[in-house]
Amino acid sequence: MNAETGVAADSGAAATAISVNGLVVRFESESESVTALDDVRFDVPASSLITMVGPSGCGKSTLLRAIADLVPATSGRIEVFGRSPKQARLSRDFSFVFQNATLLPWRSAIENVRLPLEVGIGNGNVDQHGEPHELLELVGLKGRENALPHELSGGMQQRVSIARALICKPRVLLMDEPFGALDEITRDKLNEELLRIWKETGTTIVFVTHSVPEAAFLGRKCLVLSSHPGRVREYVDIGFDEPRRLGMRDTLEFVQVTGYLRSLLERPNWERPPQ
Amino acid sequence: MTLVPDAGRPKSAASRAHAWRRRVPPIVAALSLLALWQAIVSGFGVPTYIAPSPMQVVAVFVEKGDILWINFLPTLMEAAAGFALGNSVAVVLAIWFLHSQFAERAFYPIAVFINTIPIIAIAPILVLILGNGFAPKIVIAALICFFPTLVNMVRGLKAVSPQMLELMQILSASNREILWKIRLQSSLPFLFAALKIASTTCVIGAIVGEWIGSNYGLGSLIIEATYNFRAPMLYATVILGASMAVAGFVATSLIERHVLKWKPGAVF
Repeated sequence: MNAETGVAADSGAAATAISVNGLVVRFESESESVTALDDVRFDVPASSLITMVGPSGCGKSTLLRAIADLVPATSGRIEVFGRSPKQARLSRDFSFVFQNATLLPWRSAIENVRLPLEVGIGNGNVDQHGEPHELLELVGLKGRENALPHELSGGMQQRVSIARALICKPRVLLMDEPFGALDEITRDKLNEELLRIWKETGTTIVFVTHSVPEAAFLGRKCLVLSSHPGRVREYVDIGFDEPRRLGMRDTLEFVQVTGYLRSLLERPNWERPPQ
Repeated sequence: MTLVPDAGRPKSAASRAHAWRRRVPPIVAALSLLALWQAIVSGFGVPTYIAPSPMQVVAVFVEKGDILWINFLPTLMEAAAGFALGNSVAVVLAIWFLHSQFAERAFYPIAVFINTIPIIAIAPILVLILGNGFAPKIVIAALICFFPTLVNMVRGLKAVSPQMLELMQILSASNREILWKIRLQSSLPFLFAALKIASTTCVIGAIVGEWIGSNYGLGSLIIEATYNFRAPMLYATVILGASMAVAGFVATSLIERHVLKWKPGAVF
């Protein structure tokens, strides 16, 4: 099902945003050693939007956290625009959006968006940044600048956290199931808006989800992971007609793609070597 | 159209009337109890030195107002100074514990031990060490405030979601920034819970301190009135002490409501 339209043609020529090579992440505790990720390798082309999907416990969050320098790699290499995750973090090359909005409840929406400009700026790498008001407008929250988080709905809170993630003009946006806690209607709306924001900002986005339709709808490529240990099952190119609209999820083409992704997820782990 | 509950919305006449209706039962109950008290004392002819009537207590407030006031001020000062001292030390210690596991392991058990000694037993020790002045009373009031604030503050400073800490790590924030921007604010609900306790117990501390070796303050007035069977004066002093504690509690709660506006449902 490697769709050849559009994306496949330019993926070879474009610059690489993230390159993961032979990544192994192992968690050691006193009694046991758990391999969360084993020999993971893939590239994310610059300015693309890729999704990661896999059964729960497959290490997709761990993979995202390793890229974000929150989890150390046991072996293998990760590069974000040619730099190590730590260097990339210090120069604010990427931002992270969590499943929960993770806003400071005592700060208004606009003050929450400003937070990245107030902390960790000793490295002098925040000289160029966006305008908080414009970013709130970008995520559709114009007029709610002074609202406190508890006065906003869950979807609106997540919009604030996306605006906060964009304030330092990151080259990469890492999103860990950002809409997983939202109801389906809100989620659909935010999916469409994310595509619009992605096109307006040109940021590379890596989007982790456990929803197959979401992965297919958003991703130009979809990284399917298998579990125990987490390995790349297949890196699927997804070439739907642009622009993508929510209605296209009812087309035969879309259902074929999601069906293929599901078959990858359900297939037994035959690649696994005997232990 | 967006429908969002607006915290700053002015209260309607209906909700104000509702608030008044809620206050009526406690007021009626208190007045009835006072009336019952007065009826029992006058009806059975209870001697004044055993139990005064409410009217006699009111008379003390009118006639001996100056004596009460003169003794009220030092107690208020001791309680307030003890409140400030005890809570400040507790907050600073909690911040130290946060950054040094060694300090927490070393001093937390000692703090627990000190807290288990009855305050009435510590008071003479402190009078022996610190003399007859304000110092021992302030220290006793501080000691009694100290422990609840320490426990709550240690918890409050750690009550930050792991995701928030991950966010700060991604932003390369320093420990100092995390303390000032995140931890202190998120500990405020815990701190105010402790301060409300401390605002009443600091008065107890000051009064207990005055029981031992003092010739001023509400505590000494209680002792003196008891020995001389001046029951109306004793009751008036007790009411004054209780009022001081209630005033402290209400003031703390009002400040809390102002500071913790961001916390939904933050009422006392």
